Amino acid sequence: MATRRVFLKNSGLAIFGIGASPAWLERAVAAITNKKILVAILQRGAADGLNIVVPHAEKAYYTGRPGIAIPKPGSSEGATLDLDGFFGLNPNLKSLLPIFNEKKLAIIEACGSPNPTRSHFDAQDYMESGTPGLKATRDGWLNRTLADDNTKSPIRAVSLGPVLARTLRGTQPAVAINSVKDFQVRDRMAGEDYMSRYAASVDTQLKGTGKDTFEAIRLLEALRKVEYVPANGAVYPSGRLGSSLKQIAQMIKSNAGLEVAFADLGGWDHHVNEVGATPFIGPLANLLREFGDSLAAFYQDLGPRMDDIVLTTMSEFGRTARENGNRGTDHGHANVMFTMGGSVAGGKIYGKWPGLEREQLYEGRDLAVTTDFREVLGEVVTGHLGNRDLTRVFPGFSSKAPLGLFASGAATTTKNS
Amino acid sequence: MTLKTILKTKAFYATLAALVLTLVPLAAKKASDAASKYKEKLNKQQQLEHALSRLSFGARPGDLEAVQKLGLKKWIEQQLNPQSISENPALESTLAQMPTLALSTEALVLNYPTPQVLTAVATGRMKMPEDPQLKEVYERLSQRYKNRIERKKTKGEEEEEAAQKGINDRLRRRVGAMTTEERSLALRKLAPQQAVASELTEAKIYRAVLSERQLNEVLADFWFNHFNIYLDKGADKWLTTAYERDAIRPHVLGRFSDMVRATAQSPAMLFYLDNWTSVAPEAGEKIRRVAPKARARGLNENYARELMELHTLGVDGGYTQKDVQEVARCFTGWTIEEPNRGGKFRFAERVHDKGEKVVLGITIPAGGGIEDGLKVIEILSSHPSTAKFISRKLAQRFVADEPPQALIDRMATTYQKTSGDLKAVMKTMLASPEFMSAGSYKSKMKSPLEMVAGALRATGATLTNAMPAAQAIAQMGQPLYRKQEPTGYSNNGEEWLNSAGLLARINFSLALSENELQGIRIDKDSFSTIARDMGAPEWQRR
Repeated sequence: MATRRVFLKNSGLAIFGIGASPAWLERAVAAITNKKILVAILQRGAADGLNIVVPHAEKAYYTGRPGIAIPKPGSSEGATLDLDGFFGLNPNLKSLLPIFNEKKLAIIEACGSPNPTRSHFDAQDYMESGTPGLKATRDGWLNRTLADDNTKSPIRAVSLGPVLARTLRGTQPAVAINSVKDFQVRDRMAGEDYMSRYAASVDTQLKGTGKDTFEAIRLLEALRKVEYVPANGAVYPSGRLGSSLKQIAQMIKSNAGLEVAFADLGGWDHHVNEVGATPFIGPLANLLREFGDSLAAFYQDLGPRMDDIVLTTMSEFGRTARENGNRGTDHGHANVMFTMGGSVAGGKIYGKWPGLEREQLYEGRDLAVTTDFREVLGEVVTGHLGNRDLTRVFPGFSSKAPLGLFASGAATTTKNS
Repeated sequence: MTLKTILKTKAFYATLAALVLTLVPLAAKKASDAASKYKEKLNKQQQLEHALSRLSFGARPGDLEAVQKLGLKKWIEQQLNPQSISENPALESTLAQMPTLALSTEALVLNYPTPQVLTAVATGRMKMPEDPQLKEVYERLSQRYKNRIERKKTKGEEEEEAAQKGINDRLRRRVGAMTTEERSLALRKLAPQQAVASELTEAKIYRAVLSERQLNEVLADFWFNHFNIYLDKGADKWLTTAYERDAIRPHVLGRFSDMVRATAQSPAMLFYLDNWTSVAPEAGEKIRRVAPKARARGLNENYARELMELHTLGVDGGYTQKDVQEVARCFTGWTIEEPNRGGKFRFAERVHDKGEKVVLGITIPAGGGIEDGLKVIEILSSHPSTAKFISRKLAQRFVADEPPQALIDRMATTYQKTSGDLKAVMKTMLASPEFMSAGSYKSKMKSPLEMVAGALRATGATLTNAMPAAQAIAQMGQPLYRKQEPTGYSNNGEEWLNSAGLLARINFSLALSENELQGIRIDKDSFSTIARDMGAPEWQRR
């Protein structure tokens, strides 16, 4: 019977030579690993999409946000970076602009959930389970993208951070890794002892998690010994997302069989003083720099390998179209998503733009949802990962209006005006 | 016999019918299996183990025997009345080494100045304190702010600053290895802002490990997490100490509505969920005209929403977006006196929305003041959804990840009958057959705090520095007082079941068994093996 032990044996050989691994060896390993990789990023706390991809041609954007709007392109310091004459990037995301111009970054506007909740907890839960409105779903959509196959790598599904993200919980083994470098038992002999104790446990959950853990430890052994140097002069920013993406890049390049990875970045819940004296100051600016620079470093680091990778970002819901009483924004509805990768038909803004005039807003206050977030994720799953059963990944969801994120010449935004 | 003839025989249909009859109840049986586990009783030994593992941070050597001798019922009764238990003198003397714990926020800000206070002193807007020791600290620290403000430094000043920075950096690196007492003194002089957070964190661990009033500590952890705030959000660095001490701890076995009110009026919560800046829209207009850059310009929904979703009714408790806005209007003017200088709760009549509001169908007449918010707290605290939500959450902590509905219902009934007396609700739960059942026994994954505190208790460890334990807990995914989201940490044990956490638990246990953790000592001859066991599968549940 083929088990993941087989994989360990094979790839253990390959990763011995990390740093100076001969090309033929890498090719040999690539043949036994799944080539296509998906990286999912969750911006926890409901990021303010309207200040991330700015609808600078919308009058209502500026009238509704007198204190926190990002200035029109070319107008002043910290102006919006124009993308298509209607939308532009927050200036703190300038490192993403070249990727958009290279047509490797797609922006999807007015995405969200059919469920109207404005609870962070519920909305994140739905976004991670992939089943809006259903709290009983135990597994996450990212786990359900994995084929049922126990010959795969023990690090085929990785969640960066000290806990396993809900979206990676499920029937397929997935590991949480806080730090690749420290992913080991401090005493080797003791490690063997614990391994057998977990293997002998009658507690099936702990036994399973123990098995996944010790297999991943073994696989990552070679990686721990070498200081990772990003390629192409890429510099990851300090902070949680930069470090997560750097480690994901490291694992991808080790060809150890990574298929899906998850990382998150919290702190987007800007109810007060969202934007400082200039758009370069304030809590949103700081987070966006970390966000944009991390994505850009990842893109640069992986170089041509991005052809096999798609990175997609999401946040549980958007924020109110108008600023609140404290130069901040309250919980809203639709938001913006980014999808980046070599096979992405980028350089475009996708989705139907519902407009920001009062009568166009959802409940008179929030950007309306015109694209189900599963439409975007579903296309990534079918278009990029390929040959997957979408009804299994997103039960109860059927595609209404394909965006064409992976085809050339597909539909872009249509505006209501 | 062909298929056709088979299909015609009566025997075939009889078999089919029988099969259907046996298969259908199979699904129902699965649910009743789970239910029957809550009817299965525990033996005496299991009962002792179970009670200790749920109502304390884990048994110390000798605890089982002591509780057995006292009688389990009596022990539970004592734990439900913490004041009846004399506190461990070792804990009291350790806590006494950490002066920030007992200071009022006002005194805390004076003695451990915030950047705002230091800036104010540096620019002459505030006077230097008179106490010579304190003055010395102020002078040194406010110099940094002065330089930053004036942006002109002589070469000599720069060199001196660099030298001082070198000393500070070296000292800072050593701080982690100091005993609690040494650190408390060093930080007070060097980085008073850090002293507050580090003493709060250390105290939590000392209490969990050493307190004789274990249930009280378990509940303080539970209720802080229920009304979670984030230590690293601005002024909350100074406000969290008083929050836990004055708004949470006195009420954990008291009336729920008192705890809601105490948190609603605590500067820490007002700051964390932004209500302190929420003002009536009309008042906001006026403020905007006078002070265009002012923060308070209108309504902020943050607190109103979380009050209903997380603190009282629960997300499915039956409120609407309209209710969120109405509740926010009721709480306008609930603010803080000079937040960054350790202000107290203040009701600002001037910015309160005096119009009529309708909350959950109940009209709150126009012209009200502070009583609008108080009325909301009363409505929410006595609401049946709150009774259910609070009961379920307690049962999830003490009984099982998916607690039986019948138990929740009985707890909710007690809640309603006693107007939210939390001790009465606890009694209903602890006396229930479900609590002392096979369904509950060892079913919950320990949280990182429970795992670490439990290991320190089981090995009779001596602590002179609790920081390494706090770091281990953070490594396992539960940095203390630092859950950024208002949801707090998950009560569902499954949250803690993953490879990163498991590895961190194993490594902590190994370091403990080898006495390799700064400031933590165990008697290796007696407890090394037990320490190691703490990383094994059979010790991850309680």
